[in-house]
Amino acid sequence: MRNFATLTRMRIQLTLRNRMFLFFTVLMPFAFFFLYAGVFAKGQPIVVKFFFGPVISLTVMGSFWGLSAALVMFREQGILRRFHVTPVTASDMLASSIVANYILMFPTVLLEFLFARYIFHVTHFGDLLAAFILISVGTISFASLGLVVASVTNTMQETQVINQLLWLPLIFLSGATFPLAFLPHVVQKVSLFLPATYLVQGLQRAIFNSLPIWQLGVQVGSLTFWAILTFFLSTQLFRWEPEVKVPRNAKLLVLATAIPFLLLGLWENKFGNIPAQAQSAYDSLSAPAKSSPPPDSQKESDSPKEPDSPK
Amino acid sequence: MPMATPIIQVENLVKSYGDVQAVRGVSFSVEEGEVFGLLGPNGAGKTSTVEILEGLRDLDGGRVSVCGLDPQRDSQALKHEIGAALQSTSLPDKLRVMEALRLFSSFYKRRRNPEELLKRFGLEEKRNTFYSQLSGGQKQRLALAMALVNDPKVLFFDEPTAGLDPQVRREIYDIIEELKHEKKTIVMTTHYIEEAERLCDRVAIVDHGKVVALGTPRELKTRSGGTTRIEVRLARPETDGALKKLEGVADAREVDGAYVIHSHRAPQTIVAIVKHLEAQGNELVSLEIASPSLEDVFIEMTGRRLRD
Repeated sequence: MRNFATLTRMRIQLTLRNRMFLFFTVLMPFAFFFLYAGVFAKGQPIVVKFFFGPVISLTVMGSFWGLSAALVMFREQGILRRFHVTPVTASDMLASSIVANYILMFPTVLLEFLFARYIFHVTHFGDLLAAFILISVGTISFASLGLVVASVTNTMQETQVINQLLWLPLIFLSGATFPLAFLPHVVQKVSLFLPATYLVQGLQRAIFNSLPIWQLGVQVGSLTFWAILTFFLSTQLFRWEPEVKVPRNAKLLVLATAIPFLLLGLWENKFGNIPAQAQSAYDSLSAPAKSSPPPDSQKESDSPKEPDSPK
Repeated sequence: MPMATPIIQVENLVKSYGDVQAVRGVSFSVEEGEVFGLLGPNGAGKTSTVEILEGLRDLDGGRVSVCGLDPQRDSQALKHEIGAALQSTSLPDKLRVMEALRLFSSFYKRRRNPEELLKRFGLEEKRNTFYSQLSGGQKQRLALAMALVNDPKVLFFDEPTAGLDPQVRREIYDIIEELKHEKKTIVMTTHYIEEAERLCDRVAIVDHGKVVALGTPRELKTRSGGTTRIEVRLARPETDGALKKLEGVADAREVDGAYVIHSHRAPQTIVAIVKHLEAQGNELVSLEIASPSLEDVFIEMTGRRLRD
C-alpha cells in the first residue's frame, strides 16, 4: 500500500514536469470546451449545458492516450526493469498510474465547470453526484483501457496506431462530437456497442436532464464492470521487460474487454431507448430556444423514425 | 566463522529463449562476503544467470537458491534482501537524483540513509539534477547507490563498467573494492579481464552457456602452467604445428590472426621463433611478452579471445 502511494506521488510529479501533459490534459480539453461552448452552442447557456456532458466525456476519455504512452515508454526505456528488482508489484505500478491520472484530471474538469458557470453563465449542472460518479468510473475505465493497450503493443508506434483506431470511433460514434440524435439510425445502433456512448449519454442525462444516479444504472453499472474487467486484464497482461513480446493468446484476451459492451449493445438495441432519450433531449433543446443552434447537418438527421416513441 | 551454507547456490541451471539455449547447466556457489565474478563474452549467458538469481526471470531447469530463498517462488521476500545494478535500465528523465534514492528506499523494510549514500557516491552536488542530465559515470554511480538503498545482503552488478571510459571505470572499481571490505556478497558479470582479476575473489569463466573454468584468479592463471605468454604477429601465416615444436613451447595457437604461444623458457623460445621464421623466409611483425592473464585461460578453454 505504501509503495502504491509513493509511486502515485512520483507519477504526479513526473507528469507535471512533462510539457506533453500540459498539452493533452489541459490545453486540448479546453480547446474542445471553447469550441463546443463558444462555436457550436454560440454561448447560449442552455445549449452549453446540453454539450457539457459530451465535452467532459472527451476530457475523461482522453486519459487512455497519456497512460498508454507513458507505460510503453517506461517499458521501452528499461525503467520498469529497474522497478522489477524492487518489491514493487505490477498492481502497484498500474494502480498508481490510474490514480495519478485521476488526480491530475480533476482540476481540468473542475475548471471546465467553472468556465461554464462564469464565462457561459450555466447556472445549474443537473445532478452533480451522478456526474461525479460517472466522471470517476469513466476516468478509471478509460485509463485501464490505456494500460491494456500499452501491454498488447510492442512499440510506441504500435501504441499510437491502436490509440488512433480506438479514439476515432469513440469520439465520433458515441455522441461526443455530433449529438447522438444527429447520427444516422445505423450509426446509432453501432454506437450502442461502444463504452463511450454510455459515458457520454450518461453524463448528458445527469447534467442536462438532472437524472439521479439510480436512473443511470445501466451507464454506471456497465462502466464500473468494464473498469474492473479492464484493470484486471491489464494486470494479467503487464510486462516489465521490453524484450518479452506479447504472447498471441494475450492478444485474444484483449477481446474480452469488448465482450461486456457487445452484450450490452445487443440488449440495448433490442430493448433500450438510449437513442430515443438522446433525441428527446435534443428536441427539448430546440423547442424553447425556437432555433436550431448546431450547424448544418440538420438535414442529414432526417431519419427521425425512431424505433420507439419516448415513454 | 565455520563453513556455513553458501549464500547462493546454483545447480545445473538451464534457461532457453525459444530455440536458443542461453544457459546450459551452470553450477556454482557463492559464500557470504565473497565477490564472485562471471567472466565471459557477450551472449555467454551471464546476464540470464544473474537475472534468474534476482527473480526477474523464470528458470527452465536446475535449482537455485539465494539467501535461502527460491527466487521464483519467494521472489517478493528475496527482493528485500538483494540489491542490483542491472544492464540496460534507466530512470525517468525528469526524476531528480535525490528523489530517485528516496523513492527506491521507500520500497523496502530495511533502509539505509539516502543522504549518506549520496555523499558516499559523490553525488551531493547532483542531488537536484534530473536523471537525463547526468553523465554516464554519474548515472552508473547512482545505479550503484540505488542498489544499496535497502542495505542488501547480496549485490548483483551486471556489467558495472560497460561503456564507461577508463577513468570512470577506476572510480567504479574503488567503490566495489570498498563494498568488498565491508564484507558484502557481490555477484558481478563482466567481460573485462582486468575487472575480474582486480575485484573478484573467485571467477567462473562462462562461454556458450557453460562454466568452462572456476577458481580464484590466481588458481586459474596457474592452470596455464606457470608459463610465459608470447604473442607474435607474422607477415605470412604459419601452421600451429611448427610453432608447437619449438624449444620450451607448451602450447601455441592462432587467435584472431595472431599466434599465442605459452612457453616454459621464454628467452630460448623467442630465439627459436626468430630462427624458425628466418628459415621459412617469414617475418616477425610484432612480438609481445606477458605473464599469463585470465584471458589466456579463456583462450585456452575456448580457443577464442574474450573481446567483443
